[in-house]
Amino acid sequence: MLQEESDLSLIIAQIVQKLKGSNLYAQLERQAWASLQRPEIKLESLKEDIKEFFKISGWEKKLQNAVYSELSVFPLPSHPAAPPEHLKEPLVYMRKAQGSWEKRILKSLNSMCTELSIPLARKRPVGEQKELLNKWNEMGTDEPDLSLFRPVYAPKDFLEVLINLRNPNYENGDSLSFRTHLGLIQVPLKVKDIPELKEFFVELGLTTGQLGIDDSTQVPPELFENEHVRIGQKVLAEQDSAAAQQYIRQGSPTALRAELWALILNISSQPEDILYYEQLKTNVIQHDLLVDSLIYKDVKLTASNDDYYFVFEDYLYQVLLCFSRDTSVLGHFAYNSASPPKSYIRGKLGLEEYAVFYPPNVAPLCFLYHEPSKLYQIFREMYVRFFFRLHSISSHPSGIVSLCLLFETLLQTYLPQLFYHLREIGAQPLRISFKWMVRAFSGYLATDQLLLLWDRILGYNSLEILAVLAAAVFAFRAVNLMEVTSLAAAEAVLADLSTLKVMPLLQIFLFATVT
Amino acid sequence: MSRVSVPCHVKGTVALQVGDVRTSQGRPGVLVIDVTFPSVAPFELQEIMFKNYYTAFLSIRVRQHTSTHTPAKWVTCLRDYCLMPDPHSEEGAQEYVSLFKHQMLCDMARVLELRLILRQPSPLWLSFTVEELQIYQQGPKSPSMTFPKWLSHPVPCEQPAPLIEGLPDPSRVSSEVQQMWALTEMIRASHTSTRIGRFDVDGCYDLNLLSYT
Repeated sequence: MLQEESDLSLIIAQIVQKLKGSNLYAQLERQAWASLQRPEIKLESLKEDIKEFFKISGWEKKLQNAVYSELSVFPLPSHPAAPPEHLKEPLVYMRKAQGSWEKRILKSLNSMCTELSIPLARKRPVGEQKELLNKWNEMGTDEPDLSLFRPVYAPKDFLEVLINLRNPNYENGDSLSFRTHLGLIQVPLKVKDIPELKEFFVELGLTTGQLGIDDSTQVPPELFENEHVRIGQKVLAEQDSAAAQQYIRQGSPTALRAELWALILNISSQPEDILYYEQLKTNVIQHDLLVDSLIYKDVKLTASNDDYYFVFEDYLYQVLLCFSRDTSVLGHFAYNSASPPKSYIRGKLGLEEYAVFYPPNVAPLCFLYHEPSKLYQIFREMYVRFFFRLHSISSHPSGIVSLCLLFETLLQTYLPQLFYHLREIGAQPLRISFKWMVRAFSGYLATDQLLLLWDRILGYNSLEILAVLAAAVFAFRAVNLMEVTSLAAAEAVLADLSTLKVMPLLQIFLFATVT
Repeated sequence: MSRVSVPCHVKGTVALQVGDVRTSQGRPGVLVIDVTFPSVAPFELQEIMFKNYYTAFLSIRVRQHTSTHTPAKWVTCLRDYCLMPDPHSEEGAQEYVSLFKHQMLCDMARVLELRLILRQPSPLWLSFTVEELQIYQQGPKSPSMTFPKWLSHPVPCEQPAPLIEGLPDPSRVSSEVQQMWALTEMIRASHTSTRIGRFDVDGCYDLNLLSYT
């Protein structure tokens, strides 16, 4: 009991300290001062009256949302003796692996710098700044020579690092035992099995209405859809983050999605936020980073060639270039096992922003948000809450290592014949599904299906659904896969996911498969 | 509550195993660590802190000082405390743990010696132990201060000087000044961890190489 109380007060103190510097705090203060003019606020019961006023005017709700958001994002305070790196990642060998992976990336970046004799960062001359400002909204039309730039790493390289991850204290002997991992991942992290997943994803069950299933044309809208939309509008009117997160587990109506996501991620369009975005934009114009060229090349190769996303090319540049300069993102390194690369500036040590992050998952967001500053905020928030875990080595249940292990375990346990067959022909399933999971399926699914999937990521505050979906896709195409005889053929069977409907697949795999 | 670290001597771990250690195939699943306090008198234990390394269950036995001439007996004060919910997986394997006096089964008033019994039933791990073991006892209570005489025995009030025309009431001014001072103290005391922003120090954005450290 004593322990729980002291834990609770520690959490409260931490959240209060974090919120004190935020915009919301200043606004609440201003509101409190302004409310003193009101007749119902009396001097004798000042504290109670102001609290009452906050409740009525909706400010208490905003504070609730802010606290809820902090609780979801930050890990619980750990033991006082634990050093900060322990908070990032408790397992020593994973920290080491992440460190050496980062060194490899830095080496690659440095060598690219010296080979091409391009500085990592430089201040742009004034003429160039003016030019960029003029072209800000149409950077896609630019065609600079990017042939010399190589991508820093591909998902395959990252997968190789994960495959070679070993715990030095673990029995990795050759003899087969009851815990031999037949898949590629060899670290014994705790992953959920299907009964636990059924409990975790209980709102995806067969008896609960879902958007993505119960809104199809054959189902009359009175059964589920109309009511669901009505509830969604009510949730938005109440402006309650926690309720929105619960609601979105059953999917979000298209018309309400943009606002719901903003509510869950606790993003409001204050003038300060727009100003912050403009400030970042100025930074982009004034300074040129090497990373910019890499981003440019990456976008040109991926999104510009995609049938759905090419229209957003200009938006993508605007968001990503600003993101690579945003120092507030550095805050998430407290709980990310990665560390930002540092560099020496004329003998003084400075921090460069997190220079490399693999593929931008920005494109689908462009469907929802049209205003660059709001789009930017949503992307940034989704990155620091979820997507960074897909690019760093950690033991977190939503980290990419756990997702890979969850995928392999699910497949091995519930489709053993398929798993064995694929292994025999040299087509380890993870080699095919890794690229789906590391990009959160963006670029592989149809956009509306992808957004339904990301609804659930927000609703459950976890990326585990990506692994479950990957296993469900394999289960769906199991008959075809049993007949292939090579890795290339297996990849061909699973090459096109654009016709898949995400929610029925998940439901069948979790709730309707006979085990 | 304040606490003071007690210097302890941690003896080497002893593996308990049935049969001959050299010839048997399996690894020991039980280890015993003895902790003695050679230079300290019997003390009241407040907290035990350590870093786990793949130990699944922990039991602690304590030997206390008894005033009579009976030899001190070993008493179990913690039984099968779970450090790893699933002994086969990594959860809890390298966590920092604190155990407090109130979690113990018996009184920890006059501790002479401690014995930690570590268990790891899973055959998957090559070794297991606890590291960075630290024992704490109750710190001294805050020292009582002796107040100077004039604070504890204030002189009786003198007759206030007559108010000079045109000047504000001194007691009101003093209370307002006091409130303002309290506000400044509050502002000074509240600090936040939010970053202020970025400032472009001259030339700091001309970077050429990233460092590896």
